[in-house]
Amino acid sequence: MNADLRRDELTLSGMMKILIVDDEPGIVMSLEFLMKKEGYQVYIARDGAEALDIIHQEQPQLVLLDIMMPSVDGYEVCRQVKGSDLLRQTKIVFLSAKSKESDIEKGLSYGADLYLTKPFSTRNLMAKVQELTA
Amino acid sequence: MNSGWVVTVSVMYLGLLFGIAYWAERSHRTRRWVSNPWVYSLSLGVYCSAWAYYGSVGRAFTNGVEFLSTYLGPTLTAPLWWIILRKIIRICKVQRIATLSDFVASRYGKSANLGALVAFFCLIGIVPYISLQLKAISTSFAVLAELPRTEELTSDLTLYLAIGLGIFVMLFGTRKIEATEQHEGMVTAIAAESLVKMVAFLFVGIYVTFGVFNGFGDIFTQASHKPALRKLFTIDPNGGYGTWFWHILLSTLNILLLPRQFQVSVVENTDERHLNRAIWTFPLYMMVINLFVLPIAFGGALLFQNQTVNADNYVLAIPLYFDKEWLALITYLGGFSAATGMVIVETIALSTMLSNSVLMPYVLTQPTLRRKIGPNLGRFLIGARRISILLLLVAAYLYYSKLAGRYPLVSIGQVSFTAVAQLAPAVLGGIFWKQGNRYGATVGLILGFSVWFYTLVIPMLAEAGFFPLSLNTVGPWGLELLKPSALFGLEGFDRISHALFWSLSINVLSYVLLSIRLPQTSMEHNQAILFVDIFKYSEVIESSTIWRGTAYIPDLQSLLSQFFGKERTTQLLERFANENEINLNWQRASPQLVNYAENLLAGVIGSASARLMVASVTLEEKISVDEVVEILKESQELILTNRQLRQHQAELERATTQLRQANEQMIRTDRLKDDFLTTVTHELRTPITSIKALSEILQDNPELDMEQRDQFLSTIIRESDRLTRLISQVLDLEKYESGKHFLRTESVQLTEVIREAVESVHQLALEKDVHLDVSLTEPLPPLQADRDKLMQVLINLLSNAIKYTERGKGLIQVLLRRSGDQYVLTVADNGPGIASDYQQLIFDKFYQAENQTIRKPKGSGLGLAITKKIIELHHGSISVESQPGSGARFTVQIPLLKEVRAEH
Repeated sequence: MNADLRRDELTLSGMMKILIVDDEPGIVMSLEFLMKKEGYQVYIARDGAEALDIIHQEQPQLVLLDIMMPSVDGYEVCRQVKGSDLLRQTKIVFLSAKSKESDIEKGLSYGADLYLTKPFSTRNLMAKVQELTA
Repeated sequence: MNSGWVVTVSVMYLGLLFGIAYWAERSHRTRRWVSNPWVYSLSLGVYCSAWAYYGSVGRAFTNGVEFLSTYLGPTLTAPLWWIILRKIIRICKVQRIATLSDFVASRYGKSANLGALVAFFCLIGIVPYISLQLKAISTSFAVLAELPRTEELTSDLTLYLAIGLGIFVMLFGTRKIEATEQHEGMVTAIAAESLVKMVAFLFVGIYVTFGVFNGFGDIFTQASHKPALRKLFTIDPNGGYGTWFWHILLSTLNILLLPRQFQVSVVENTDERHLNRAIWTFPLYMMVINLFVLPIAFGGALLFQNQTVNADNYVLAIPLYFDKEWLALITYLGGFSAATGMVIVETIALSTMLSNSVLMPYVLTQPTLRRKIGPNLGRFLIGARRISILLLLVAAYLYYSKLAGRYPLVSIGQVSFTAVAQLAPAVLGGIFWKQGNRYGATVGLILGFSVWFYTLVIPMLAEAGFFPLSLNTVGPWGLELLKPSALFGLEGFDRISHALFWSLSINVLSYVLLSIRLPQTSMEHNQAILFVDIFKYSEVIESSTIWRGTAYIPDLQSLLSQFFGKERTTQLLERFANENEINLNWQRASPQLVNYAENLLAGVIGSASARLMVASVTLEEKISVDEVVEILKESQELILTNRQLRQHQAELERATTQLRQANEQMIRTDRLKDDFLTTVTHELRTPITSIKALSEILQDNPELDMEQRDQFLSTIIRESDRLTRLISQVLDLEKYESGKHFLRTESVQLTEVIREAVESVHQLALEKDVHLDVSLTEPLPPLQADRDKLMQVLINLLSNAIKYTERGKGLIQVLLRRSGDQYVLTVADNGPGIASDYQQLIFDKFYQAENQTIRKPKGSGLGLAITKKIIELHHGSISVESQPGSGARFTVQIPLLKEVRAEH
């Protein structure tokens, strides 16, 4: 009931919000296209600090998060979001070139909902995003 | 002068002496000052006793320049001290020997009998010499106080004086139980006395020469007009030279063998290097103190021509004659210091000899006596030494009051010298000749001493009325051949030369013949080797001494604690145990430990007594001479092997270190390689991700408009280029690092390359609205370099600068100048700058890996690494200065090659 209401509200307010955090223009470009095509409202951040600002302001439902970034890294962003009562609901998907087992475990241990390694399949990514936002 | 006044001054002087000794003994800071080569050299001046002070003038008056022979011997042979005295010092330090008697005893198999014999002879020879000093003091006192000679007062005063000196020696000479320990207070006082007597003698000498007469010339001219004095200028050609030889030999031996000299030069020596100073300062001291002997002798002779003034007293009589009482008093104090110094040191030396070489061995071999003394032998020993001191001084006093009044100063001194010279074969032979043995030393000493007694002492006793005078004139029982002054018909020598010739000849002959004829015991042989080859063994003496048998640690412990006390004993043993890795809880003592204990005891009670004590608590096995030789050879080899082992060990350690370093380097390289791979993989994944994602989008969305399609496609192409560039960079770097990359050098005009590089980044700069400020000093000589590589460097630096500056606000300065033999190129930007932690790191190809998650904004992270490599291939260097927030300045230095410079 609650979930339906929330979904209705979102639909009412227009679109579901998604934040893309990456410093690679080519990657941002593709993700932005994919998300917009699905009808999400897209926000873009180039580093961790910027991402945290936007998350606090816009409270997106889902964040596509890179790890290796200048200043605040992706792990830190995830830790802060999942540690906050207010933001805990936010779904976090790591998109990282760091592909070692230990990297993935670390990412999930911070409470991330999904960890995808680069290069990723766009089709797979979209399926997972829809799953998470359903 | 008032005799009370003289007594007061003497007492004050003694008080001062106590003060100096007390001060030196107490103050820890001055101790370092006390053990210095000057104090050491001055303390050797104890050689110049009252005999020198008063007697030299008397001797010069009767025999002329001959008095110098006493000083010429030590002066001529002082350089040899470096060989002889240094060896004796080293032996004594290593074997803990504190007296001459112990030295001889130790050398000849730690023989208690031989030690006692030497001590006894020294006593007989030296006590008269000590009484001579007492006589000198009382005579000078009588002269100064202008008392009639027979006055009872002076005799009493002499006794009090002897007691006063005894107290001094007891206080400062027996403080420590180890006889081998230094007596800082005593030595400092003696050094001060040496100064006092020298200064006093110079005073009176200068007064006589320049105050009474008009300089040296005046005295000698006046003297040469008197026939009696003229003959004193020259050496008597009839046997005079022979006399000189024997007298010089006598003094040469005595400077080494007099117990007081042995005490100051060997026992009190704290550093062998002090000898270096003494070798030249001591002869100098003697020269200075003798400078005015002849002028005073001649002056006195000229002044007192018709009066009966003893020439021994000229130094006092002349100032008194001219009513210079203060000068006479100073002179008296000089003589007083000469006499007291001698008495003090000689008494210490002799009392240690008595207690260690006579008393202790006797006590140790008398079980009933030993039981009576009880467990505290240490206290007994110190008490014994103190009583010895008193006994010695009483004996000297008795000799003085009964006998010494009848002879001039010099004769008793020389008689003592001749007695001491008898030690020469045993001591000197002992340190240079391994074969010298106990029989030779003992018989030589006894015979030499007997001859001395017969040729010098008997005649004196006869003159004193103890024997009929006919003994001297016609020989015993009328046998001319046995006449003491012309033994076996030998005539033409003076009494001393005659006695020295016979005693020493017979002594040496017995020593050599018996040593060759008779065998050594194993202990003797062992000690002989250790003495003669001391410099070879001194490092490892403990392991070089031979001992075999059964001993128990508790026994040794209780033995040591009798002298050192429980606490100190535990301390000493623990230190040794630590150094030698011995477990003290084992009951059985190792031979090293037994030797160590014996050595410790030797420092207290002498080697012979120590030997006896250790033997009393252990079960010893006999060792043959052959075994000794074998064991010593082995220990020598052991030393050698040990040294080799240490060497090997050091090499091994070095190799281990190298190996560890290599290993660490490998691990580091390995880790770097790993990091590099991770970085490269990561860097490759990024463009591939874009390419893949965009390609999939293009495939899945055929309906895309042209514009968007075009945007995606050009991004794909750009990312592919980036991929290609990255791959070639990785390969480049690999080539540089493996040294496979060679430069294609040509003559390059650097300014042109810079212009071209600026040209090619122009577009980039325009896009970001960055201002490029290029300043090139012209003309510059061409550079021998790889043009393409330099271009790569420049483009990298410039594009980095552009990349990091803020859009629209960027300012980049490029500057080229020549500084000496170098081109200096700087590229400065006003970007965010580089934190100091990263300034070295950025030239590292693994930069990104070191910052696993925090990433450098853009770029592969390989550009600067490649740049650095290229510059290094041109023998140049690159560095960066930066303050975060205010830009970065990269500086490249490339040296001009020689041939290029030559062209210019």
